[in-house]
Amino acid sequence: MNSLLLAEVSGPAFPVLTAIVVLPLIGAALLTLLPRNRPDLLKQVAVLVSAAVGAMTIWVLVQFDTGSAAADFQFVDRQSWISSLGISWTLGVDGISLFLVVLTGILFPISIIAVNEKKDPKSYYAWILVLEAGCLGAFLALDLFAFFVAFEIVLVPMYFLIAKWGHGDRAYAATKFFIYTMLGSALMFVGILSLVFLTASATGGPITFDLQTLANSQALSTTTSRWIFLSFAAAFAVKVPLFPFHTWLPDAHTNAPTAGSVILAGVMLKLGTYGFLRFGIYLFPEAAVYFAPMLITLGVIGIVYGAIVATMQKDLKRLIAYSSIAHLGFIMIGIFALDTQGLEGGLLQMVNHGLSTGALFLLVGMIYERRHTREIAKLGGLQKSAPILAAAFMIVMLSSVGLPGLNGFVGEFLILLGSFAAHRWWAVVAATGVILAALYMLWAYQRVFHGPAEGDNATMPDLNAKEGLVLISLISMIVFLGVYPKPVLDRMEPAVDALISHVETNVPRFKEPTATHLATVKLGDLSALEGSASGEGSGN
Amino acid sequence: MNFLLLAAENATQLPLAVSNGTNWFLEHAWIVPLLPAVSFVIILFFGKRMPRKGAEVGVAAVALAFVFAVLTGVAWINHRDNYTPPAASESALVIDGGEIAPDQVVPAAEEAPTKGEVVTEGGGEAEQPTVAIHKSTTWLRNGGVAFDAGILVDGLSVLMLFMVTLVSLLVHIYSTDYVAGDRRYTHFFAFLSLFTAAMLFFVLSDNILQMIVGWELVGVCSFVLIGHWWEEKANSDAAMKAFITNRVGDIGLLVGVIILFFTAGNGSFDILTINSNIVSGGVSHTALIVAAMSLTAAVMSKSGQFVLHTWLPDAMAGPTPVSALIHAATMVVAGIYMVARLYPVFFEGMQIGGSSINLLAVVGAVTLVLAGLVAFVQSDIKKVLAYSTISQLGYMVMALGVGAWTAAIFHLFTHAFFKACLFLGAGSTSHAVHSFDMKKDMGGLRRWMPHTYLTFVVASLALAGIFPLAGFWSKDEILSGTGGWGLFGGTGGNGAYTFMLAMGILGAALTGAYMTRVIYLTFHGEFRGHGTPHESGRLILVPLYVLAGFALLAGLINLPVGFITGNNSSWQERFGHYVQPVAGYFPDIAQATPSYSLAIVSSFVAFAGIGYAFWYYFVKLDRLARATGESLTELPDGLVANSAVARAGHTLLVQKYYLDHLYTDIIVGTTKGVIARAANWTNQNVIDGAVNLAGRWSVKVGRFTYDRIDQPLVDGLANATGRASNSLGDGFRVVQTGKVQQYAALLFAAAALLGGALVVVLSL
Repeated sequence: MNSLLLAEVSGPAFPVLTAIVVLPLIGAALLTLLPRNRPDLLKQVAVLVSAAVGAMTIWVLVQFDTGSAAADFQFVDRQSWISSLGISWTLGVDGISLFLVVLTGILFPISIIAVNEKKDPKSYYAWILVLEAGCLGAFLALDLFAFFVAFEIVLVPMYFLIAKWGHGDRAYAATKFFIYTMLGSALMFVGILSLVFLTASATGGPITFDLQTLANSQALSTTTSRWIFLSFAAAFAVKVPLFPFHTWLPDAHTNAPTAGSVILAGVMLKLGTYGFLRFGIYLFPEAAVYFAPMLITLGVIGIVYGAIVATMQKDLKRLIAYSSIAHLGFIMIGIFALDTQGLEGGLLQMVNHGLSTGALFLLVGMIYERRHTREIAKLGGLQKSAPILAAAFMIVMLSSVGLPGLNGFVGEFLILLGSFAAHRWWAVVAATGVILAALYMLWAYQRVFHGPAEGDNATMPDLNAKEGLVLISLISMIVFLGVYPKPVLDRMEPAVDALISHVETNVPRFKEPTATHLATVKLGDLSALEGSASGEGSGN
Repeated sequence: MNFLLLAAENATQLPLAVSNGTNWFLEHAWIVPLLPAVSFVIILFFGKRMPRKGAEVGVAAVALAFVFAVLTGVAWINHRDNYTPPAASESALVIDGGEIAPDQVVPAAEEAPTKGEVVTEGGGEAEQPTVAIHKSTTWLRNGGVAFDAGILVDGLSVLMLFMVTLVSLLVHIYSTDYVAGDRRYTHFFAFLSLFTAAMLFFVLSDNILQMIVGWELVGVCSFVLIGHWWEEKANSDAAMKAFITNRVGDIGLLVGVIILFFTAGNGSFDILTINSNIVSGGVSHTALIVAAMSLTAAVMSKSGQFVLHTWLPDAMAGPTPVSALIHAATMVVAGIYMVARLYPVFFEGMQIGGSSINLLAVVGAVTLVLAGLVAFVQSDIKKVLAYSTISQLGYMVMALGVGAWTAAIFHLFTHAFFKACLFLGAGSTSHAVHSFDMKKDMGGLRRWMPHTYLTFVVASLALAGIFPLAGFWSKDEILSGTGGWGLFGGTGGNGAYTFMLAMGILGAALTGAYMTRVIYLTFHGEFRGHGTPHESGRLILVPLYVLAGFALLAGLINLPVGFITGNNSSWQERFGHYVQPVAGYFPDIAQATPSYSLAIVSSFVAFAGIGYAFWYYFVKLDRLARATGESLTELPDGLVANSAVARAGHTLLVQKYYLDHLYTDIIVGTTKGVIARAANWTNQNVIDGAVNLAGRWSVKVGRFTYDRIDQPLVDGLANATGRASNSLGDGFRVVQTGKVQQYAALLFAAAALLGGALVVVLSL
């Protein structure tokens, strides 16, 4: 009786996930039909469409089964697409993608509401909606081909957003962004094709792009799957971006319009880390364990390096862009710690980074709108003229540096805990990123907001009601996740555990390095940590 | 609710802690931090619209919290003497007027004495074990690990509740006058409330993760309040410095906590679990020493220990009530509290018992002397007090390092009162002369400010450790706790910490001397400022008198055994009895017996310090000043003027051992300057240069191959090399679309080809 009911719930008649992906596209199409000279109407339509999508993602969150199906893909919608090649339109959501989908659903309406674009609003809003469809498609796709299409589609609207509505050297930045990410994706495309065809030839089964089928077959030899993992890693490492593939990011961020920066940092960078989780580890568990030390090393370098370079920046937006590199490095070490704490911390930190960095870019955009500069040296004493803006900036900044009580701390601490179990020296180095983050963020805050206010800085208007509302919505989420992250973590955990046991099943030498596991090794012996560390240590 | 009823490892009848069935106030101690937290929210949102701009809410909330804290304290005293848990009552305990017959309960801590003799009160009568109150609830659960939030109520936390709420209340009252008319009055009170809440939350923590949360929150409040007048760069810099220096220590805190979680906690953050696991053995010594040293780094930053103390003197840039509350009485003792709370980690990790040297003791001993010396060359009254605070915190750290746990906490308690009194007194004088500079703007103030003068002198005597004021008892307990005084014929203690004893005695001389200097420069001689000073109002003086009262009497609550009352235990070591746990979660430390000869020697040394300074200032300088008719602040022909060595030493002190230069110019300067610039250069020229080079080479290859086929494509790649035109104008979109699409098509084609090739190759 009960299971029957559950079966009905988990297979709803209405394909909500497809609707979530398609609705923004319909919205974009609708916008092209509207008159060009009605910016208010255009914006209202865009807000309405993105808000409707946001509402649907929240509906998915509310309806998400935390009971028996908690670890599975839910709301799965499977339609045949190009059946001769085994390509299908398969969407589904689990604890790993759930909050990224919700984050996307929330950040898009916020960034649309926050900025009034005057230059060609019609194509601007249309591109943003296409971008939303691409991001959601990438997070939801359970078919490699569908994923690849969505992963590539996001490049086009972002390219135009930067190139047309950006600042400064925008054409350079946009083209660099496009070509760099495209090069990575090209390698991944090679990888996808190899994986699909080699698996088909190895198993003798039909050709399929279905993620779960491929992940469960594990038919390729160790060497082959390591190579294919690297081709996927190339795409994701550029997207994250992982040191040393990061140089497109500061240019893209600095020159993008505010909404573009918010979405780029808040959502699009997570396509890389999400890709590592969903495709890298899930499809190639052995290769993920094999390359984990390397990726963690790059992550740790990113933390320290991003932080050091950030201290040098003269442009506020560029500084935040470099802080993103450091934060994403943190997420990477959490993910490749390959234990519950690390993975879940990394996942939570993706959401946290989306909220706090999104809010920071909004705030910088608000300052730029008022002062027409982002140069730190030209700002100063803004706390005098705009105390509410300063307070908002302070809270968001503290969340970004990992202050307890705000969201950043929970993610950071879980990551440190998880990575300590796996690679404790790297965890210690990563912990130094904590001071460096405080150094560059507070230093920037001091120069922008403290000190005497002179000239235009003294008369800068404070937040208006709309901006206040936008920021309050983000800050309330920041505080909520800092004080009570339990509901979020509870929903993530089954999927994360399933992923880890998937790795454990397929990689015999790998054992999850958790606290409970350590306890069974030997109570209280620190040297036991070394022996049980994941990856190279115990295995080959 | 997820209660943890923990039985001691070695099976005593009494549990380490119970969650209920005791007293309402003990079980609901979480209300104490909740009150100021609520007050913070109310002041923040509604404060500006209130008749007193929110101050009334802050004062009322903290006053209520104080009442709760007092009632909790009374409840604890009753619980400590009378409590028998239901399980233990079956074994027919005879409870007779609060005394339990010694043969019927075997205290956990005394079951397996490892070293030294446990000297209990009343000469051999066994102490009843402490049963703490522990309530917790799951904050979140992750991968089989429970992250809890809860309260751990025992003597130590109850003491802190009392001390923090009392000082905070007095500071709140004082502030209503002191910061009246300030541009951010409401904001100030909001953050005083938040700080109080965070500090109380910290001391009630039942697990080390919650301690981190409280630790960081008090740090942020400190940051905000130091930078209260952020318009001036110096204040803003001081706030930054405080935050960042503390972040350095936080690395140690994070690492230490994580190590404890994995080793002693065995996958738990719970303090009782960690401590009892260590006490019962079975936790590797290596893990503990690493954890203890990591946590020591955190103590050094938070509690201003050498070499991470430099932020604390700068923190005096904040308003004086903040200095009194946060940077003297409460927040800076967070490090001491943490060590006391996790004492088994340090006691076992650093092998405090039976040794004569360890990191904690050395850090404390060195700090107390070096900071005491720097105090002599300060002309800002608050800076002297700041260095004095560092020095006194050094005493506490040293005490913990030598195993004198009760002495450390007792000194923490008494110090809070006399140091807060001194700071508030300094604020009162600055209220009158609008400056903190003793040499330029003060002098002779006793004529106008008799009440401030009186309270200041009382607190100074207490600080200097003069009999029978509070500081005498606590400092003397620390000195005898070093156990390095076989010379004076005593017994007991945990080891032979002779060096620490010597530094402690030297510190006593320094303390007396620099406080005498402050009193002369501030209150004696001729007035050197402008205008006519005036005594402060009642709202300022009442807190001063209350604190001076405590400075006078607080020492009497822990009279040493055998003092005055003979062997009547009801008046001896009450403080130790109620505060120091006798339980399975506390290490087996050996109490030192008091020594009269040591007390006499240390008093003599303190008097010598005062006497020398008195002779220099009150006799020689005063006489010279009268003769010349000028108001002097130092002797023109003193030691510094005549001796090159003394001059060099003086310069070293004025430059604060050049630590600020080391940090600001060398470490931070190099990081922000050379290292960051080099990293940035590498970033732009090597990493990004490689990207651009690749782009440029693609252009060359592309031009060679496609020159006649597809000119616009080459231009598109040329854009990638960075020199794009700004004149793309209206045609921009059309042209760019074309290029990108062509480029994308090319890439896809190439990828497909490569993929196909790979498939073929690998299938062979």
